[in-house]
Amino acid sequence: MTLELRGITKRFGPLVANDRISLTVNEGEILALLGENGAGKSTLMNVLYGLYQADEGEILLDGEPLKMAGPGDAMAAGIGMVHQHFMLVPVFTVAENVMLGNESTGFAGTLDLDAARQRVREISQRFGFDVDPDALVETLPVGVQQRVEIIKALSRDARVLVFDEPTAVLTPQETDELMEIMRQLRESGAAIVFISHKLREVRAIADRITVIRRGAVVGEASPTATNAELAALMVGRPVELTVHKEPAQPGPDAFVVEDLRVLDDTGHVHLDGIGFSIARGEVLGVAGVQGNGQTELTEAIMGLQRHVRGSIRLGDHELAGRTVRKVLDAGVGFIPEDRQVDGLVGEFTIAENLMLNRSHGKPFVSAGTVRRGFLEDFAQRKLDEYDVRASGIQARASQLSGGNQQKVVVARELSRDLSLLVAAQPTRGVDVGSIEFIHKQIVATRDSGVPVLLVSTELDEIVALSDRIMVLYRGQVVGIVPADTPRETLGLMMAGERPEGSAA
Amino acid sequence: MTDTKITVPVDESAEPAVVPLRAALKAPIMLGIVTMLVALLVGFKARPGKTTFRLGTDSDFFDLPEITVPSTATVATVVVLLAAITAASAFVVSRGRRTPLWLVAVFAVVAMTGFLAWAAAGKTVPVIGLLAGSIALAVPLVFGALGGVLGERAGVVNIAIDGQLLFGAFAAAMFGTIAGSPWGGLAAAMLAGALVALVLGFFAITYFVDQVIVGVVLNVLVIGLTSFLFGQVLAEHPQELNAPDHFERIAIPVLGQIPVVGPVLFRQTILVYLMYAAVAVVAWALYRTRWGLRVRAVGEHPKAADTVGIKVNRTRYTTLLIAGLIAGAGGATYTLVSVPQFGEEMTDGAGYIALAAVIFGRWDPVRATLAALLFGFATNLSGVLSVIGSPVPSQFMLMLPYVVTIIAVAGLVGHSRAPAADGVPYRKG
Amino acid sequence: MSTDLKTEPAPEPGRTQGRFDGVLREIVMGNTLVAVLSVVLAVVVGSLMILLTDETVRETAGYIGARPSDFLNAMWTAISDAYTALFNGAIYNTNVDGFETRIRPLTETLKYAGPLILAGLGVGLAFRAGLFNIGGRGQMLLAGAAAGWVGVGMDLPLALHLPLAVLAGALAGALWAGLAGFLKAQAGAHEVIVTIMLNYVGYYLVFYALSKQGLLQAPGSLNPKSQPMPESVILPKLLGDRFNLHAGFLLALAAVGVVWWLLNKSAMGFRFRAVGENPDAARASGIDVGRTYITVMLIAGGLVGLAGVNQILGTATSGVTVDLDAGIGFDAITVALLGRSRPLGILAAGLLFGALKAGSFSMAAAEGIPVEIVLVIQSLIVLFIAAPPLVRAIFRLPKEATA
Repeated sequence: MTLELRGITKRFGPLVANDRISLTVNEGEILALLGENGAGKSTLMNVLYGLYQADEGEILLDGEPLKMAGPGDAMAAGIGMVHQHFMLVPVFTVAENVMLGNESTGFAGTLDLDAARQRVREISQRFGFDVDPDALVETLPVGVQQRVEIIKALSRDARVLVFDEPTAVLTPQETDELMEIMRQLRESGAAIVFISHKLREVRAIADRITVIRRGAVVGEASPTATNAELAALMVGRPVELTVHKEPAQPGPDAFVVEDLRVLDDTGHVHLDGIGFSIARGEVLGVAGVQGNGQTELTEAIMGLQRHVRGSIRLGDHELAGRTVRKVLDAGVGFIPEDRQVDGLVGEFTIAENLMLNRSHGKPFVSAGTVRRGFLEDFAQRKLDEYDVRASGIQARASQLSGGNQQKVVVARELSRDLSLLVAAQPTRGVDVGSIEFIHKQIVATRDSGVPVLLVSTELDEIVALSDRIMVLYRGQVVGIVPADTPRETLGLMMAGERPEGSAA
Repeated sequence: MTDTKITVPVDESAEPAVVPLRAALKAPIMLGIVTMLVALLVGFKARPGKTTFRLGTDSDFFDLPEITVPSTATVATVVVLLAAITAASAFVVSRGRRTPLWLVAVFAVVAMTGFLAWAAAGKTVPVIGLLAGSIALAVPLVFGALGGVLGERAGVVNIAIDGQLLFGAFAAAMFGTIAGSPWGGLAAAMLAGALVALVLGFFAITYFVDQVIVGVVLNVLVIGLTSFLFGQVLAEHPQELNAPDHFERIAIPVLGQIPVVGPVLFRQTILVYLMYAAVAVVAWALYRTRWGLRVRAVGEHPKAADTVGIKVNRTRYTTLLIAGLIAGAGGATYTLVSVPQFGEEMTDGAGYIALAAVIFGRWDPVRATLAALLFGFATNLSGVLSVIGSPVPSQFMLMLPYVVTIIAVAGLVGHSRAPAADGVPYRKG
Repeated sequence: MSTDLKTEPAPEPGRTQGRFDGVLREIVMGNTLVAVLSVVLAVVVGSLMILLTDETVRETAGYIGARPSDFLNAMWTAISDAYTALFNGAIYNTNVDGFETRIRPLTETLKYAGPLILAGLGVGLAFRAGLFNIGGRGQMLLAGAAAGWVGVGMDLPLALHLPLAVLAGALAGALWAGLAGFLKAQAGAHEVIVTIMLNYVGYYLVFYALSKQGLLQAPGSLNPKSQPMPESVILPKLLGDRFNLHAGFLLALAAVGVVWWLLNKSAMGFRFRAVGENPDAARASGIDVGRTYITVMLIAGGLVGLAGVNQILGTATSGVTVDLDAGIGFDAITVALLGRSRPLGILAAGLLFGALKAGSFSMAAAEGIPVEIVLVIQSLIVLFIAAPPLVRAIFRLPKEATA
């Protein structure tokens, strides 16, 4: 069995997301699709899965063209997908999610839940999963939810399986387990497409690698290629995989967190009595798999969490329990993890976004009125300084690319006098050029004597930028270790194992 | 698609969380407040005299006696009972569990008995008439609420229930007269409800227009349209166009003769029996069938439904149309049962009470039905009390559905969670 | 999603945007052409309704094969008579003598437009902060009742009495709407539901006050109505006693100016808009979203309250009733939507709907067309305006470059 995509082109208005892409995957083979954020990988897979209709080109299964009007057709053809953002209904049980769209029914359309439970158990056993068919999906850890996604695809007898950035939410160990599952599937004869931008993982699992850049296939590579070769192919020019920085010159501790506890509205504990400190001129990296308390940590510092106990001291200021405005006034800069949700107002102009957190007084506001002239001069300067590519300061933020949006956020935060910078996932969904720029800005901020808290789920980013690394696991600090700690050790720590002789 | 949700602003006071307990505590606190209010009635506004509860009708299997009790003593007893139930609720909560629903139900019945004993001191409460009338009044509310539940479960907020009821009432009157049969009127009413649903779907699903806007505007449009047509056409030819036959009461043999239950539930019009059936069918279909699973998936996570091959917008359309048929049937009540002719704006905003029942019933067909019955009871009670001359201004009784809904959405009773994609148009990609 | 293909600005499909994606944005920012075409479409549909229900048209349609000219004539007569009556009632009456009498309809239009503009501003301002204020009816009723209570319950000189009554009304409206803002801020209660419910609660509260001696009911009366307003609280007539136009219209004009400044120039308006477009980003930027909701609803309710004041102290001074809102609370939603929630747009939309209202009465009087035709036209305008792609499709206009 062979799946072939031939000359797929997909346009969104003037934007060409996929430009005559062709690729083939055979049974018993893992094809990796490698590309930067926004290179067009997901669009291509959505075309393959019938969620988008291609403007040109065709999809062939064993040489027969497939008619793809929707995901139903893809599934009927034996194509299954494990989505990056799980396509599971949170308030349904595992069995209900697995049967959805493919229900076995009895009299008058009555659901046959027992059959679905049986199917879940069957597939779980085959792959050694431990999944309760009656558990509500929203109560399951992300790793298990991903397995439900896999069960869902397999329950429809998928022979081609697409994994879309499946490791983003997994620990290194869970990633290893996932790769084992993928190998198992390969052995059983499935054709697998593995989409990723992580060089290491691609090299570890793929039989062949296809590289996509700006919507077009730019080359094939073998898994034996080096990281540098793959990166250059992916970006289109040689890339420096390391960030140049001088050794830190840490000053006295300026930011001290003690016994921080954060709970949510249902009383669930997200941070369980953590403590750490950051010196002036130091970057403390927070490593960990997504969902282990990182979001709550940055939000607790910013005053965005409701139930915060313990102490967060910045110099002489106590920040715990303060409003966001007081925290900002204390000189905390904040790059939120999701710029489109928390960082920018999409319908506001670049200029307006640049004054978003300073609408309460000088220098942008006087006598309750916005000083338009001053704001426009300021915005023009920042546009040039931060190399934001836009039609002008009146361009709406939603019209910018991800990298340029992030630069607007960074420009806003770094143009104040800071006494602490909190950067959460500062380069998520950003092109490599912008990543390099933003990394330089973070290092420069450190060098100016500001303590920096850097949160990222990309271990490479943490290792490249941090002076010390703190690993969070289930709301607790596993350890705080030097930046040159081996990756294997960090990986084990991200799974909750305490390293020998580390101070928590 | 956009994952827009209603953001819940957060209060800035960073209190330590004891939230689960605090949530569970709401029940005993609310019960305590009600107990105190009833106690205040005896304490400050005691009304001397005896209250009579009449429970029987002529055609029961056997006659229940009238029960006559001293007003003040009864209320005092009731207060003691209420206090005991409140204490029981507090005890259950202190053991880390939630107050069971049946306890709240018992509380409500006891409290209502006490209130009636007080309000009707020196008078007779026609219990059967009160309850049977409540059901009759609740019919459009129940149908409307069922329609609302279905729409919202599929992810379409339906503010236009009132428009569906009103258009249903109009169509039932006009086509019931033309067809010369109330059944023709009922069919026309259902189609009219579905027509409003179709327009709602057209703008909300196909053109992504905000569902609240479409709903509000459709209500105004239907008021305008029916009033215009009433003035232009119906009022000119009342006999030919606005004098439908109406549905008669049908007593169900045997069941109808059971004391209390019979006259309340089983001596009603065919519309009431249809209502019982509709509630059962909707509840069964929503939770036990393939169709229901898909409807709920589309309302919770449309993209997930799309990725397993479910046509999101088609599912929303069909669900909305079925909901429209149901809500339209509710409209028929106005012109085929209550007053056999159409009048301008005759639903008087009942659709908004049905909407309240949807929310108060937490988007569940059975709970929403119970809420609608409760609201029907409140409305009927205000009428009965003003007939027997009670000290409570009827306006406050009539206000009740709206006040409890505000309390419900403010999260003071229970926790209500709307379907996650409720109100969010689905765009591919 | 593929979003980073180009560095120059490009429209990006499927991007997650703030809650103002799509519809509300189109309402606030869509273009004027669609607005005009929507009005045209709605008027066409309204005309069809008049034709279909016109007796003569239907009779002549019976023998259309024999004498089609009769049918066409009847159609033309029905439509032209209707719109002539509308024009005569709303702008300039050609059927009477003397300029003063002839121009009187225009002043009536302005009189009707005043409260529509005020209430429309209240709804539109809330829209800009991402809130649906559907509680216009309740806010107007409470405002009217409060102003009326000050009017009949106090005995003060004009210089003090009128301002005090106006203030009381605005305050009552503000508090009633502010309650919805407060519940949204504190408990996350959806303002659509709360304001709808508060309409009815307000209605029954005012009804109760009007039915109770010693509260608002006129002494010795059994009707749910208050005494007429005394001279000392009645808004002065602008053009002398021969015209009904009163100072409420000036109030509306002033409010347009104030709201314009607030939204476009002030820092507070900046925060309102930020919260409306993206409450999460606003909160992360130190804007107190909860307090903003409360503030916006207080101001919005005050504006709607002024519409209620305009009624009881200007247009319907014979006493407070439960009908004093005259449907304006709901009309205001259509005004705000047609005006795209911008102050000048609301001014224009208010004038248009004021004219329709004034004209509808003369249409009813002269041609027997029920006044509710205006409700139909009004709601159709809003439906069309909220779905620009539909209007474009009907008129075969090209799609907008960026959706």
